[in-house]
Amino acid sequence: MSTRAQWGSEALLGVYRKALLIQLVDERMRSLLSSGRMAAVYYSPRGQEILAAAMGVHLKPTDYLVTSYRGVHDQLAKGIPLRLLCAEYYGKATGACKGKGGPMHITYPANGIMVTTGVVGGGLPIANGLALASQLKDDGRVTLCCFGDGASNIGAFHESLNMASLWKLPVIFLCQNNGYGESTRYEKATAVRHIGERAASYNMKGVTVDGNDPQAMWQAAADAVDRARAGEGPTLLEATTFRFMGHYFGDPGAYIPKEEYAAALARDPMPICRASVLKTGAATEAQLEELAREYTAQLDDALAFALDSSTPALEEIDRDIYAQGAFA
Amino acid sequence: MSTATTAAAPKMIAFTDAYRLALDEALGSDPSVFLLGEDIADEEGGGIFKVTKGLSTKYGKHRVRTTPIAEEAIIGAAVGAALAGMRPVAEIMLMNFVTVAMDQIVNHAAKLRFMSGGQTHVPLTIRTRTGAGGGTAGQHSDMLEAWFAHVAGMKVVIPSTPADAVGLLTACIFDDDPCLFIEDSMTRSVTGPAPPPGHRLPLGRANVVRVGTDVSVVSYGRPVKDALVIAERLAGEGISVEVVDLRTISPLDSDTVLKSVAKTRRAVVVHEAPRSFGVGAEVAARIQEHLYGELAAPVLRIASRDVPVPFAKVLEQEFLYKPSAIEAAIRQTLESRGRRG
Repeated sequence: MSTRAQWGSEALLGVYRKALLIQLVDERMRSLLSSGRMAAVYYSPRGQEILAAAMGVHLKPTDYLVTSYRGVHDQLAKGIPLRLLCAEYYGKATGACKGKGGPMHITYPANGIMVTTGVVGGGLPIANGLALASQLKDDGRVTLCCFGDGASNIGAFHESLNMASLWKLPVIFLCQNNGYGESTRYEKATAVRHIGERAASYNMKGVTVDGNDPQAMWQAAADAVDRARAGEGPTLLEATTFRFMGHYFGDPGAYIPKEEYAAALARDPMPICRASVLKTGAATEAQLEELAREYTAQLDDALAFALDSSTPALEEIDRDIYAQGAFA
Repeated sequence: MSTATTAAAPKMIAFTDAYRLALDEALGSDPSVFLLGEDIADEEGGGIFKVTKGLSTKYGKHRVRTTPIAEEAIIGAAVGAALAGMRPVAEIMLMNFVTVAMDQIVNHAAKLRFMSGGQTHVPLTIRTRTGAGGGTAGQHSDMLEAWFAHVAGMKVVIPSTPADAVGLLTACIFDDDPCLFIEDSMTRSVTGPAPPPGHRLPLGRANVVRVGTDVSVVSYGRPVKDALVIAERLAGEGISVEVVDLRTISPLDSDTVLKSVAKTRRAVVVHEAPRSFGVGAEVAARIQEHLYGELAAPVLRIASRDVPVPFAKVLEQEFLYKPSAIEAAIRQTLESRGRRG
């Protein structure tokens, strides 16, 4: 049925390439924030790079993405241009959203990045609509909807999964279960052991996978995208992971037990993935260093572009309210 | 069906048929238009109020889609489809149920154009229905138009005649912004002259439905007809009442309102929604901000009571704005005539 590439060292390298970009962007953003060179609300994806990358490699630019405030990894995996991303973080006129949305609302329809929501669970109903449009137009696109474990407890999740299954919509619900909804442990907020089990309530394919395992995640993502693309309906894909930097930037994370954190750090997916890449011979240490230098140069350029750009003109406040601008 | 066109009397059309006519013409003229809502396909009866009756048979169940009872999913699906270039028309059976979908409307539909820096927009129409008088009590009757008018990015539209219903609903469907189109529960069988084919009215423009010189009544929806009846009666006493129908609550057509009141120097604002924090307060504020020194009388508001809509008929009538109060308010503004000569 599928014409996609098979898993192997090249596929692994493809995942790592995207994940490395995410890692480098995140490191730079945190460095800028902690040194006071950037002032922005920021939700680090540190620890969740692999799952986003392993999903991203299966998507086409025309496919749709709906994500949430912790979404920079999803946006990078979907190809947000670095200049537009950085300028938006700095609130500049040259940003993706002209400085009017900021980090929580990154949008770039040219690559299918349709909505980034700041409301937990708010994206799922919209993802259905994008997928419905694709179904009505028969345009072959799939919609990826990313959200966290916390969002699976809000009403919109349940309404959306029911409707998606009922209408066999070409949508993938990617639940990135990082173990905490804000500061509350998964077990204290969620009545089921695995969120993937919730799919059964909606007669939907449900999968729980180790989101930090490149091969498992790549395969599960491929299956979900193929299913959607083939008109076989939606998938609830729960990818288990861990976030190392807490809920928001600056979150001391005192609610995370030290042993749990240490254990997660010992399984940090980024060095593990890098070691796998080197082991398979898909790339050499020198080639990965070169890739990192390349990304760093792109990031330097993007940040220089952002800093050199102007803040939005004050007239911008009256634009984009309505098609005609603003009304008194 | 008669094909004669020579009759002098205009063809009449009921509100329900007017809504259906607009939807039918939109579905027929643009493949990106589709409808979704509870019970709206013919297998489910064509909607509880029969507005969509016949349309799924004519255009297919994929374009006239019955949904689960899940308002947040309905509006969200409409928002997403609109982002992808469709022109969805979502039916929310009653306005109180729109509150279930507030996140989708307030945080997403209204703001995505702005938050994306104009990269995306949401050409969505939400049709809903409400109004007191039918004994549906506190959760099936509320007029909540002010809630949505308060959110930048939303357009809020209420017709007062069947012909306006066709023109305004058509305008909403083909507008590139999210529109909330509010239908009145109590007047669905009321008829009025049918509009010409392809009728479309501009949004954001009020309509002077009766020209007068002594006092302006500014209203929208059901009370417009009350105002016209009163104006006709008062004309017999030599009192000349101008009636302005807002048609669009937001964006509000200040120019037309201010032009009218600048002429009459007196204004009574009337709506069915409760009095406090309502559209009447906004209209009155704009009038005094621009015309303070010109006014011959304070701007008065006639509205329903600031209580939940009650069930018992006597209480429900006590809740509702009263036509007699509109008339009394008009007379009260005129009693101020002497002050400024």
